[in-house]
Amino acid sequence: MTLERVFRDEWGRLVAGLIGFLGDFDLAEEAAQEAFALAAQRWPRDGPPESPRAWLTTTARNRAIDRIRRDRTLAAKTRLLEVREATEDGVDETTIPDERLELVFTCCHPALRLDAQVALTLRTLGGLTTEEIARAFLVPQETMAKRLVRAKAKIRAAGIPFRVPPADELPDRLAAVLAVVYLVFNEGYGGRVDLAAEALRLGRALAELLPDEPEVHGLEALMLLNDARRDARFADGELVLLRDQDRSLWDSDRIEAGRRSLERALALRGRGPYVLQAAIAALHVDDPVDWARIAALYGELAELTGSDVVVLNRAAAIAEAGDAEAALALADGLDLGLERYHYLHATRAELLRRLGRVEEAREAYDAALGLVHADAERRFLEGRRAELGP
Amino acid sequence: MQYVMLIHQGDTPSPNDPEAWAMLSPEEQKQVYVDYQALNQTPGVTPGLWMQPPELATTVRVQDGKTLTTDGPFVSVKEALGGYFVLEAEDLDAAIAVASRVPAARLGGAIEVRPVVES
Repeated sequence: MTLERVFRDEWGRLVAGLIGFLGDFDLAEEAAQEAFALAAQRWPRDGPPESPRAWLTTTARNRAIDRIRRDRTLAAKTRLLEVREATEDGVDETTIPDERLELVFTCCHPALRLDAQVALTLRTLGGLTTEEIARAFLVPQETMAKRLVRAKAKIRAAGIPFRVPPADELPDRLAAVLAVVYLVFNEGYGGRVDLAAEALRLGRALAELLPDEPEVHGLEALMLLNDARRDARFADGELVLLRDQDRSLWDSDRIEAGRRSLERALALRGRGPYVLQAAIAALHVDDPVDWARIAALYGELAELTGSDVVVLNRAAAIAEAGDAEAALALADGLDLGLERYHYLHATRAELLRRLGRVEEAREAYDAALGLVHADAERRFLEGRRAELGP
Repeated sequence: MQYVMLIHQGDTPSPNDPEAWAMLSPEEQKQVYVDYQALNQTPGVTPGLWMQPPELATTVRVQDGKTLTTDGPFVSVKEALGGYFVLEAEDLDAAIAVASRVPAARLGGAIEVRPVVES
């Protein structure tokens, strides 16, 4: 087992346990870093320990205790003085508590800004460096460093608790956690593969930690099913629509794993937004695709979320099921809140094209092209527009 | 943890503005008083001093050694502080739970939860 692999698997759990033990984010991170640095020196020489987890925990705790002994003001800041010093003899793997859930709920606390929640989650649970997070979100490293410092300062000064919320607060707080993970995934889906992998890892950890929450499995299923089609989404940098995608490029293991997560979510009677989206994603990879069922699920999702974008997706599914007329009526009935949204115009354009209303279709493509930002999507729309003549 | 809870009235109807206050039903009016009373008796709460409305504030600045006074609050009347209390609570979640019981929070205003510097 490589050290890098141990780092990926153990970092989040190690940091979470240290924060629980020390009551301080910075000290915990430093101690975890030192423990891994020491491991990099010793393990190749002495061979890896029997339990890497116990070794890392003991080493990091001892390092932190040493630092606190040297630094009295630090001692005042942490809870350590109240803690028994039984760590020197080493810790038994079975007695190390898993406090990653406490950590994720602290990182994704609504009193922190969303961008700070994301950064903090990737740093403390994912073990990404400040530089890596900055690069992933296209902000200067200094900006990201400030964001993390500020978030940690707020956790400490404002008294954001390190705990799993009580049952009555859990649904809302869990939704915030899942939103952070899904945001990370979508950033990765747009091309930054590392982030997608990180989101999948976080999703898997959440599914282990909250096995009875259907939405957690729903999110994992949704991410797996979408990720499975990553390689087929683009060909030579061009966006490829689902029905034109090369199915041999789909990752069938991932699809199977996604379906299994979805089944678990449905068995738990999940019917929340992530479960519904995952169910839709699963239908998308069926052959043939049951568009009528997809349209029905989008209808259910629209009712749940009140989102016009979902209504638009429903319209597209109704068109695929064969009723472009009804789809257009649905799209045209939408409130003007989406006027500036290129997808509304792109969807209308496609529907008008199918109905042979060429002139209106051209206008709609032009409207979409005036609003689209992503290059690949722009080229796709330009291609469609060109087919209709000048 | 100790927090200063700053009550921003926003659009909250207040007895200082009889017209707005009359928009509330007598039950709602009564509930506002009941809620504030319950709040003041909540463990950990030290009620703040009762301030006159922001319209009666005077704002003072010193420029080039000269004291300048203007009529009214520093920010607009709507954004002005309406009141405050001090709360001793376990953590931010507990403080948020108390803040959400302040009538102004549901009637168009908002509560700002400010942690106190620990000595």
